[in-house]
Amino acid sequence: MEKVEKQVIGSTNAPLLLAKKKYVKKIFSKPMMIGYIFLLPSLLILCIVGIYPLIQTIYLSFFDVSFTKQGSSFVGLENYRNLLSDIWFKVAYKNTWIFTVLSVLLETILGLFIALVLNKNFKGRGLVRACVLIPWAIPTVVSARMWEWIFNAEYGILNFLLMKVGIIDANINWLGETSTAMSAAIFSDVWKTTPFMALIILAGLQGISSSLYEAADIDGANKWKQFFYLTLPLLVPSIMIAVLLRSLDAFRVFDLIFVLTGGGPANSTEVLSSYAYKTTFSAAQVSYGAAMSSLMAVSVFILAMVMLFFMNQSSKKIEGGK
Amino acid sequence: MKGMLKRSTIVILASFIVVFQVAPFFWQIITSLKMDKDLSSLPPIFPKEVTWLHYQNIFQNTDFYKYILNSSIIAVVVTLLCLFLGSLAAYSLARLPIKGKGLILLLFLSTSMFPQIAVVTPLYNLIKQLGLYNTHTGLVLSYMLFGLPLSVLLLYGFFRNIPYEIEEAAYMDGCGYFRTYWQVCLPLMAPGLVTAGLLVFISSWNEFLFAITFTNNIDAQTIPVGIAMLPQMFFVPWGDTAATSILVTLPLILLVLIFEKKLTKGIMGGAVKG
Repeated sequence: MEKVEKQVIGSTNAPLLLAKKKYVKKIFSKPMMIGYIFLLPSLLILCIVGIYPLIQTIYLSFFDVSFTKQGSSFVGLENYRNLLSDIWFKVAYKNTWIFTVLSVLLETILGLFIALVLNKNFKGRGLVRACVLIPWAIPTVVSARMWEWIFNAEYGILNFLLMKVGIIDANINWLGETSTAMSAAIFSDVWKTTPFMALIILAGLQGISSSLYEAADIDGANKWKQFFYLTLPLLVPSIMIAVLLRSLDAFRVFDLIFVLTGGGPANSTEVLSSYAYKTTFSAAQVSYGAAMSSLMAVSVFILAMVMLFFMNQSSKKIEGGK
Repeated sequence: MKGMLKRSTIVILASFIVVFQVAPFFWQIITSLKMDKDLSSLPPIFPKEVTWLHYQNIFQNTDFYKYILNSSIIAVVVTLLCLFLGSLAAYSLARLPIKGKGLILLLFLSTSMFPQIAVVTPLYNLIKQLGLYNTHTGLVLSYMLFGLPLSVLLLYGFFRNIPYEIEEAAYMDGCGYFRTYWQVCLPLMAPGLVTAGLLVFISSWNEFLFAITFTNNIDAQTIPVGIAMLPQMFFVPWGDTAATSILVTLPLILLVLIFEKKLTKGIMGGAVKG
């Protein structure tokens, strides 16, 4: 609030200043009640559909609740102990990390590339930007179905094209082989979420002052040098924000896996969300699924904290540099 | 000469990007126009005869319009609710002297990061207890979980960029807080409301996990659920699936083409705030 006030006061000219101060004072002299009343509905709903269920999930994870039996008893940490010896949980945990790291990495590289191109002036740039937005807007379920058809072993266009070019000489069952299913899933995800990455990085690019490049030109730095010593370091904050948002999303991935592969073949694409979902709703082991989800929520939280910490560090460095 | 070479390089790179991002969808369009017998033969990539049969199928032999109706009702109601309640909250956070503002903002931010799976079971129980299972209301309520934080955070950012002057005049004229918000701030916020509304609408239209958990039949099921269930309804009908995909994505693509600038701004703006 202080900051906002300062900004506003600082940004006005003298005659307005007095009135502004009065106005701000007037708000401050009024009770905060109205502010809280305006916030109340939103906070109430968030508590009902967010906070309460989250606490309830953690609470459930210490019991042995199941959809199939009546009553329950406190079991302490038993669900969590069982998780540690559950081989399929370990597989899902590993898969989730592989999916997150690889897809975010590829998206970052591709997104950076797309952002650099979109930052140039050329005819039809608006159209290209709109085209790039299409995958972002498509429902994940639809894109999963689309890729399922493209990856189809017998009639899929991917096999057809690869054979035509001569890269493969027999049809590959992309989604049916344990060795390729995860790559296929990652590729579909990269296709759909790269636009998001590209737009955030583009916002960062547009924020870089062109005078910096002029200075670099005068200093005789070539384009590559300018990219690595000027553009990239200045883009770090936007890239990190994009990576943070995308990592949290990728870590929670559900629809894509659920529709594209169902976690198969042989659990090779099973991720935490899909495994927890099956445990809860197919196997009816509510508490065990809750323990899994709780652990996942904690992982997401730690992931976010670690990344926020690094973001803080790097922004300090940049400020220090100035 | 050098300039032309540079320009053509950029055009080539841009074309690559367009092909990469649009080709899969384009393939789906082609698939939806092929006869069933042509679907199992490649080449040719482009069918010799074009058919609208799959589109006819969807409307005549399935309840697809019901899915679309459900999705539309739910997404519209969620969007309107989130815009109203979210802008009210954002107004309060940006303008009114409340204590604990940082904490409340943090709360909105952290709920937007919740894994849905971590709340789905208790929410399922709650919705059943309230008698909202398999209803529009149940889904609308649960969608507020991601819609509200999204709209509050976005609108909060927009509010902070609106100057005080006009509001000030309203106060001087003796407008109450709600009237100032409703008659002065909201109109000024229109661009922000459109952006936030689009983002909430698209994420509600696309949501899957809650939709498949809190519904069990056509009374409330949304499009993503319908598409996910297609193979069970009639064993992997690729042509119909493709036609369905095109139909449900069309409104979104129209939105993207019309509001490209606003959406880009929304995505970019959301990131700048972090």
